[in-house]
Amino acid sequence: MKAFSDIRVASLLALALLVAGGFALPEWALFLMTIGLAKALVSLGIVVQMRAGLVSFGQGLFFCIGAYVAGLMANFAGLTDIFVLTGIAVIACLAVGGLFGPLLANYRGIFFAMLSLSLSMILYGVLSKMNSLGGTDGLNVAAPTFAGYAPEGRALSLSLYLYTSFIVVAIGAVLRTGFDSQHGLVSLAVRSNELRVEYLGASVRRTNAINYVISAMLGGIGGVITGLAIGHVDPEYAYWTTSGEFVFVAILAGYLSIPAVFVASIILELVRSFSNLYFPNTWQMVLGVFLLVIILTLPNGLGSLFHRKREGGS
Amino acid sequence: MKSTVKRLVSATAAAALSLGIAAGAQAASHSETFKIGVVTFLSGGAAESFGVPAWNGGKLLIDMLNKGELPAPYDQKGFGGLMIEAIEIDEAGGATKQVQEFRNLVQREKVDAVLGYVSSGDCLAVPPVAEELKAFLVLYDCGTPRVFEEGSYNYVFRTAAHAAMDNISLAKYMTSRGIKVGSFAGVNQDYAWGHDSWADFVASMGILMPDAKASTALFPKIFAGQYGTEISAVMREKPDLLHSSLWGGDLQAFMLQATARGIHKRMQVALAAGDHVIPQLGQKMPDGIILGARGMNGLAAHAKGGELVDLLWDRYKAEYGVFPVQAPFRMWQGLLGVKAAVEKAMKANGGKKPTAEQMAAAMKGLTWEAPSGTITMALGNGHQAIQPNAIGTTKWDEAKGEMTLVDVEYYAAECVNPPDGVKAVDWIKAGFPGAKCD
Repeated sequence: MKAFSDIRVASLLALALLVAGGFALPEWALFLMTIGLAKALVSLGIVVQMRAGLVSFGQGLFFCIGAYVAGLMANFAGLTDIFVLTGIAVIACLAVGGLFGPLLANYRGIFFAMLSLSLSMILYGVLSKMNSLGGTDGLNVAAPTFAGYAPEGRALSLSLYLYTSFIVVAIGAVLRTGFDSQHGLVSLAVRSNELRVEYLGASVRRTNAINYVISAMLGGIGGVITGLAIGHVDPEYAYWTTSGEFVFVAILAGYLSIPAVFVASIILELVRSFSNLYFPNTWQMVLGVFLLVIILTLPNGLGSLFHRKREGGS
Repeated sequence: MKSTVKRLVSATAAAALSLGIAAGAQAASHSETFKIGVVTFLSGGAAESFGVPAWNGGKLLIDMLNKGELPAPYDQKGFGGLMIEAIEIDEAGGATKQVQEFRNLVQREKVDAVLGYVSSGDCLAVPPVAEELKAFLVLYDCGTPRVFEEGSYNYVFRTAAHAAMDNISLAKYMTSRGIKVGSFAGVNQDYAWGHDSWADFVASMGILMPDAKASTALFPKIFAGQYGTEISAVMREKPDLLHSSLWGGDLQAFMLQATARGIHKRMQVALAAGDHVIPQLGQKMPDGIILGARGMNGLAAHAKGGELVDLLWDRYKAEYGVFPVQAPFRMWQGLLGVKAAVEKAMKANGGKKPTAEQMAAAMKGLTWEAPSGTITMALGNGHQAIQPNAIGTTKWDEAKGEMTLVDVEYYAAECVNPPDGVKAVDWIKAGFPGAKCD
């Protein structure tokens, strides 16, 4: 009960801060925050799996499915309502995740990483070949509408940002509750000792499959928002470097804290944006050094800064 | 108990702090300069061939313009007296990143114009954003015809001709030089550029040389690097002509591997955009290769000469130790186009720094002189340029120790570009109606 109200207070506080930020921030920062938060949702999916000791290198698969749902629905069915698009993307990712989740749940470590990566690269290959969908160049996506409201200019940036903020806070709260639930705690146990979990009567395979499906849906939501915000989708969304970036954020954040994932994602966007501006020839190196420093100084990620690891995890 | 709240507060503090640092880092200079964002590949596969030489040329030209070193009509300092301040951005990282960076350039850095984009994916993704932000955008390099054939924009211009011209000219070169082609094969990369190039070439040959048969069409992956199988397949097929639109490291690797096996002695090799690997290959680019440069650029422009070409050619060579290939020429024609538009707009508004609307109005349908010939904004309702093209044959000049282009054929812009409102592919298939060739 206490834990519940604790999360509620934190969520409301976070939402208030985000909404206030929406009215205070300049437009470029709003856009950067929207993309940062949307991509953080995908990384959050990796964090869900990281808690059970698995790292997926193929979150781009669901990111891309989400983005293409937005792109295809807008181009071929004239659907631009962001609520409907998010719903369709979640269903699509649920279906694909549900199909591959039980299969991938049998694998661990590098095998899991490579298999998940290969799935996303298959989608990349297929989309690159489909000239009717623009091939490697992709296709443009119309601006979203919000239940009939069709904003433009700053209002559009703000609406997208607020929509993202609501989703992020809601998902953050649900996941926090989930992490502290039986399933969430079993995930942590799987990370430390699979055999013992099986002996205690819980199914490791089932835990991993459920985590995979959850992360699939998170990837889809992140993809829809990013696709709509950017206004363009291409097969690059499923490319391994895109997936690698989500892993980058997940490592940066660590698996201890949910807010840390969002902070890490926004910091990454900021570092990239400004290193691009000030070091146009060496921005990749700046990013690399940044990640190295974080790994060396905070091996458990940013999350360990504001989350002291309690005994028994969480 | 309260730890979640606490954690959240510290998380927010961290985020706010980083945003604050970011906002503080913003430069607040906004005097009478003309700020232009330049986006091109500084890293990745397209950097060596396109991005870096283009930006080298760009830096050189901006410096010369700011000092007022160009001949008339470009003798005014900067853009109409406004000093040019360039902000360079790396195009590597995909369309998603480029949309973000474009927004940052316009909304954060408050640039007056953005000139950029080599990748066709970026050229499709960025224009709708420019339109939304009402920002003046000039696409200087990318080749996809889709930009203005599928969309229509007020603030977006492309100062280089789209890619259809390259392959139409190549096919025309075969007829005008009387090269006998019974069958032809193609090796093109497996992505939009490669497929489009091959389709345009096959369609053009179908009209100009209806008896020539298209045989093997091979599409190796982009950045494949190894072409042993493709070369074997083509050598077995024995076509008279081999067409390729490969570029960059791919083209270098292909030429090294193919010429080692003597492909150029068994068939005529024609490269749609091949000039830019000559500085790297040097003498390893054999004689007798037919190549284009996506416009009257590089060696073809040098062969023709002219005050502007010679000046920039010599300065570029002195500065960077190699001759300018096609990429700097496209950068120059873009920058000079912006200069012409800005100065035209300033003439109309009484010498004030023009707004995006005024620049867009001035650039629509504009004609200007560039080192690569006369550029006219003739297509896409005055937003898409057409330009003359040139195809030539390589010949190593033993005495000077450098590559030259001989038997150069020049094609007027209206000869190899479709009229406004007609899609390139349809125009080719209809037999080039209304083409004005000398």
